[in-house]
Amino acid sequence: MIPGSPQRADLLERAVKGRSLWDDARRRLFANKAAVAGMIVLAVMVLAAIVGPFLVPFHYDTVTKPDVWVGPGVRGHLLGTDSLGRDLLSRLLAGLGVSLAIGVVATSVSLLIGVLWGAVAGYIGGRVDEIMMRVVDTLYSLPFIFFVILLMVTFGRNIFLIFLAIGAVEWLTMSRIVRGQTLSLKNKEFIEAARAAGLGSRQIILKHIVPNLLGPVVVYVTLTIPAIIIAESFLSFLGLGVQPPMASLGTLIAGGAQDMEIAPWLLVFPSLTMVITLMAFNFIGDGLRDALDPKDR
Amino acid sequence: MLRFLLRRLLVAVPTLFLVITVAFFMMRAAPGSPFVNERQLTPQVEAAVMAKFGMDKPLHEQYFNYLAGVVKGDFGPSLKYRDKSVLDILHDNYKVSLILGGVSILLAAIIGLSLGVIAALRQNRVADYLTMGVAILGVCIPTFVTAPLLVLVFASRLGWLPTAGWNGGALANLVLPITVLALPQIAIISRLTRAGMIEVLRSNYIRTARAKGLPESLIVRKHALRAAILPLVSYLGPAAAGLLTGSLVVEKIFNLPGLGKFFVISALQRDYTVVMGMVIVYALLILVLNLIADMLYAALDPRVKLS
Repeated sequence: MIPGSPQRADLLERAVKGRSLWDDARRRLFANKAAVAGMIVLAVMVLAAIVGPFLVPFHYDTVTKPDVWVGPGVRGHLLGTDSLGRDLLSRLLAGLGVSLAIGVVATSVSLLIGVLWGAVAGYIGGRVDEIMMRVVDTLYSLPFIFFVILLMVTFGRNIFLIFLAIGAVEWLTMSRIVRGQTLSLKNKEFIEAARAAGLGSRQIILKHIVPNLLGPVVVYVTLTIPAIIIAESFLSFLGLGVQPPMASLGTLIAGGAQDMEIAPWLLVFPSLTMVITLMAFNFIGDGLRDALDPKDR
Repeated sequence: MLRFLLRRLLVAVPTLFLVITVAFFMMRAAPGSPFVNERQLTPQVEAAVMAKFGMDKPLHEQYFNYLAGVVKGDFGPSLKYRDKSVLDILHDNYKVSLILGGVSILLAAIIGLSLGVIAALRQNRVADYLTMGVAILGVCIPTFVTAPLLVLVFASRLGWLPTAGWNGGALANLVLPITVLALPQIAIISRLTRAGMIEVLRSNYIRTARAKGLPESLIVRKHALRAAILPLVSYLGPAAAGLLTGSLVVEKIFNLPGLGKFFVISALQRDYTVVMGMVIVYALLILVLNLIADMLYAALDPRVKLS
């Protein structure tokens, strides 16, 4: 066979078209029924939270006097109303949107801090690593609620600060995971090659280390979003979260728990929504982990 | 072993010191003071109160005074509860948290471990799907959903159990809070155990044990379980610390006088000394439990050397 002959080009083409790690992972992910179901449910939830409020006939904080504590299905209120006569369905859609948004924004904050912190500590190593990880250990030993209350009283109960506060606390685990991965990456040949090519630490971390951390980070992200939705609800439950008339899944459940004797639907529907959302995330997370870490098949 | 312990304790001291420092200055940086909200104090009276608690001194001096006190085991007086020291308050409230947290983590460990092993041994069969289905539900249903729902069913509708209250730690009052605390832990522990067990059962030394003709029950108990619960050991430390210092939601819903509820109230009222006391207790618990976890790890896994 002569180099450059058609056959060789053909072979090369086929070799290039070989399945990459990510192709494999995608194939495995879509073969996982629970994960696919989770993705569909989540897509529906996101769509409902974005489009839903425009489709329902009531606004989430419109008080309708005669319709107080109306049961599900009565007088056009598909899921009933609360103690002020506000339509539960529209409040639920608004609350779902707020909870999902908090989950995504806070996770992005924790992702940014955690990945950079862990990658820098792991790559540079030595003294720097020791100091940076000691900071993480120290913050780990402080109760979560301590930070949140202090941030809350310092900056007031602003919903964007809740995003930031939760994200600023949740990055610790992410940084530990990333550091561990970085430690195993940094002695690989391709990093050595990058260094030999004259790249600086900053370039190597951003261009070579971080992209290769994607697998475990993606898995952890899908598990962080539900954890943050729970954390936000937990704060709302203690009266420290989203302030009325805004709603989140947490405030709805907390309110429902107070009125559950008279109006059980106020507890049941928000709880169901939350559980289904969390399950969807969990299935996706489990599916991603199996897809990206094939040793356990 | 002894050298490892000493070394770890030496490392723990600076961590604890850092925790105290960070918490102290973060708290003082937050606006508010323990002496507002009450009757409007005249400037003279306020100055006198501040002087009484040594808060008229510069912040760094207060910090060193506080540190000196902590070293001697004196956490100072509460700023809100007259004539009570922080240790009094911790002493009065730790029992509820200890009983609730201790019993639920113990129950969760026993039940979760058994379920996880059963699921792993029956992998991909009905028992496995059933336990793991329930476990997923347990992970996804937060305590503030289970607690009111269980109260609604078992207390309000059926009337079998009291809705709330401590009642001197009567068993009937403990059932619901402990169940609510234990359920998610059972779910997590059974999932961890199942995953560990499945991995271990595929390893070469288990195949060797089977080839030797050892009975399956012996293989599971003596060979597999020891290795399979390793991930569990490192999970249990922080989980136990969280439960022992109180689960806020459960204490709030069931109106129990535990540490968690006290912590939030004190932080909101800026009862600086009480909050600091709780922070130190929490940090100590985490450090100690992690240390125990590491030692257990070494005891269970002969490959791990403590040094």
